[in-house]
Amino acid sequence: MSFLPKPKLHHPNLPTNKLGYTRRDYEGTISTLCAGCGHDSISAAIVQAVFELEIEPHRIAKLSGIGCSSKTPNYFLNPAHGFNSVHGRMPSVATGANLANRELIYLGVSGDGDSASIGFGQFAHAMRRGVDMCYIVENNGVYGLTKGQFSATADRGSKSKKGQVNADEGIDLVQMALSLGATYVGRGFSGDKEQLVPLIQGALLHRGPALLDVISPCVAFNNHEGSTRSFDWVRAHNEAVNRLDVIVGRDEIVHAQEPGTVDEVTQHDGSVLRLRKLAPDYDAHDRDGAISYLAERKRAGEIVTGLLFVDPEPSDLHAALRTPAAGLNRLGDAELVPGAAALAAVNASLR
Amino acid sequence: MSSRRLSAVNDFVVKFANVNGSGSASANALFAKSLLRMGVPCAPRNIFPSNIQGLPTWYEVRVSEAGWLGARGGVDFMIQMNPQTWDKDVASIEPGGYLFYDSTRALPKSKFRDDVTTLGLPLTEICNAAYKDPRQRQLFKNIVYVGALSFLLSMDAETIETLIAEQFKGKDKLIAPNVEAFRMGRERAKETFGEPIGLVVRKSDQVGDKIFIEGNSAASLGAVYGGATVCAWYPITPSTSLAEGFTRWCKKFRIDAATGEQRFAIVQAEDELASIGMVLGAAWNGARAFTSTSGPGISLMSEFLGLAYFAEIPAVLFNVQRAGPSTGMPTRTQQCDVLACAYASHGDTKHVLLFPEDPYEAFEFGAQAFDLADRLQTPVFVMLDLDIGMNERLCKPFEWDPNRKLDRGKVVTAEMLENGFEFGRYLDVDGDGIAYRTYPGTHPTKGAYFTRGSSHDRYARYTEDGAAYVDSVERLLKKHATARTLVPAPQMIDAAQPTKTGALFYGSTSPAMQEALSMLNKDGLQVDGLRARGFPFADEIKAWIERHDQIFVVEQNRDGQLRTLLTAELGIDPAKLVSMVHFDGSPITARFIHGAISKALQPANVEPRRRIAS
Repeated sequence: MSFLPKPKLHHPNLPTNKLGYTRRDYEGTISTLCAGCGHDSISAAIVQAVFELEIEPHRIAKLSGIGCSSKTPNYFLNPAHGFNSVHGRMPSVATGANLANRELIYLGVSGDGDSASIGFGQFAHAMRRGVDMCYIVENNGVYGLTKGQFSATADRGSKSKKGQVNADEGIDLVQMALSLGATYVGRGFSGDKEQLVPLIQGALLHRGPALLDVISPCVAFNNHEGSTRSFDWVRAHNEAVNRLDVIVGRDEIVHAQEPGTVDEVTQHDGSVLRLRKLAPDYDAHDRDGAISYLAERKRAGEIVTGLLFVDPEPSDLHAALRTPAAGLNRLGDAELVPGAAALAAVNASLR
Repeated sequence: MSSRRLSAVNDFVVKFANVNGSGSASANALFAKSLLRMGVPCAPRNIFPSNIQGLPTWYEVRVSEAGWLGARGGVDFMIQMNPQTWDKDVASIEPGGYLFYDSTRALPKSKFRDDVTTLGLPLTEICNAAYKDPRQRQLFKNIVYVGALSFLLSMDAETIETLIAEQFKGKDKLIAPNVEAFRMGRERAKETFGEPIGLVVRKSDQVGDKIFIEGNSAASLGAVYGGATVCAWYPITPSTSLAEGFTRWCKKFRIDAATGEQRFAIVQAEDELASIGMVLGAAWNGARAFTSTSGPGISLMSEFLGLAYFAEIPAVLFNVQRAGPSTGMPTRTQQCDVLACAYASHGDTKHVLLFPEDPYEAFEFGAQAFDLADRLQTPVFVMLDLDIGMNERLCKPFEWDPNRKLDRGKVVTAEMLENGFEFGRYLDVDGDGIAYRTYPGTHPTKGAYFTRGSSHDRYARYTEDGAAYVDSVERLLKKHATARTLVPAPQMIDAAQPTKTGALFYGSTSPAMQEALSMLNKDGLQVDGLRARGFPFADEIKAWIERHDQIFVVEQNRDGQLRTLLTAELGIDPAKLVSMVHFDGSPITARFIHGAISKALQPANVEPRRRIAS
């Protein structure tokens, strides 16, 4: 929601991707979030992810609800249509948009208030319904715009900036997504772009419900001692189970690599997810195993990140509805209107 | 036995009192359809509880050679099959009327009326003797009473037997036993009563090419013809059969025979909030989308409706109204959501409403609503109610102009953008208050915009500038004024002589009102009628109101909601509009309207502008 226009000038030698677009073509307007906000890092990661994937920005539809996180679609992918809907209702709008035109890529951006409180129901039903979308929750555990109330993902016992202790159990959206049937589930940290960018890329390419819970510290209201969503706390407790590389076609997108055994997952569109395992006992194909592993590590005080589950053969809502490969919004009179003769037959059957 | 007995040909009311879930519905429908096949117009109405099994349910059939399809009020012939409601049902019979009942168990004389002809037939005994299976005993009892009724009302047996064969087509084994049960009832009635009663069904030619269908089914067929591809809904009485109807029609017309591909997407959402969210997402993305709901659903959808109004996203809502407020009476009819829909959501909003009178218009408006929503880029409400939606009604056959094309409204294509079209999402380039829109994904570099419920300027940029805000909400008013010229025009029924008295009505009040106007005319009382068919109100409505001195606004809600809308939107002197309301959950009747208007027009009435209610 910028008041300032962003200058269009850029360096003449700025690198382009195969489509001839520069990174600047994937940017949005100037962010009005606080300086240092984790959400801006996520926006930057989205810009990088889509630029590297060489997807034309207008082939993505970006949708959000209400809150700090939901403002961000304005700050990336300017040539894409955006929809800033109402609080907690992004999933239903994205579902409808996806029903109308399955040919676009749907990127939903939400926050912990938006998805774990008012929109908890819609979040759950989008996952269980199998909406083919990349659903990013920018999770800071706090209500920023209204100045620091706990959100439903705040850990029990964590302390607010004003010193209040959270007495309620925190909701883990990753656990929820796993049990609700999401077919790509990951957790990232806004402070770790190397890990985050490929997680977003894999989710965008995934042809099923993909959830990314991205821990994104709020510099204004949740970056103090006693918070379990501060930069320091997350850095200290982040346990990555794997590192991901996404390979599209023949070109490998190379990110910072760390040693470990490699697990390759070929997705439906031909893209390959290369998982560099950091926790040797972690299996990203085992939904039930992921659920108990996460619970166990949570008890140990760790925040588990990485690609936590992926189903290489996902299904989606359109498969269940048997809709045509082309978007329903492309159908014209001939395909939709049965016509006068058919109506005469209907009339005859009603006498 | 009474001395005075009602006698009438093709003009009476039969009412069946049954137990919910006893299988009576198909037998009762068979009776109604038989009348139509004999060329006699009739209007059946289900009066049913919010219950699956066990509670009382009624089926009332208005038989009317003259073609009056509104509820008349009163019962001439009661088919009493439910002891739970005996006393009330018996009391409701007109003096001189008839009572048919299961006489297997004797009832004390105090349970009957002297002025009503009693016709007892031991139905349970007959069925227990004829069938062994308890389920069969129950189901065939219904057909047996239809047989008895056919004798008592002098109906043509062959017509009914043909219909039974049609009804069980595909389950041919069931035809013979049902015909047998029907004949058994007819024979036993003849043996027991000897001769038919004074109410007679005589073959006629008043049905013509009319069709017989529920409004919900008709509206959903309209949605198919209107090009709807996305339906997101949540079950709620009395709208559920609309989404189900859409499913049925789509299976008939929209499945590719070769590939099995479905050219539609129907999602039963988790609630009404999600239903309307999906509709908006789909419509934003260029598909025609709708939801069907009832009052409680409208309340839940209100937040999204404000977004659709302000961000200018098309949507079609079929609101099958039921008695409110809150849960109210879920299975009873009212026109009680007029204001809730006209001004749905917080902030200044005004929406477009269509008021169909019957299934014919439910189809017509059902299709037209999608053109209007796309043309106006705003939600359009098709205001049905339980009376139209859930009852089969005789109406004109549906029509479709083969040259008609779906009107997708102002949509900018990639070619237009390439050719230098100046796109501003909220820029009114031709003065009708409607701006051009693009579908997502149209063009790689041009035409994208950010849709939001927060304040925006003509180029969809966020703004908190007061002048820009005023500019945008005033344009919405201009758009609303354009809508006035696009919604269906009102229909007038002029009295025999020029008069300054009028009656204004809408929706399901129509058949009762038409009959009442005819009754008033016979009495020599001159009353012009106007049926409003859309909101915002067409200019003709204001002109008509101005031509009259006193106008009865006849509607089915407590507060006279349309009257409020007329005074608020047209600046009419409220004193001129007399609210005449019926709101007990039953459909309004010609008797009520006739009585109330007659009373109000009596010269002795010194206070003609008081409120009249039943």
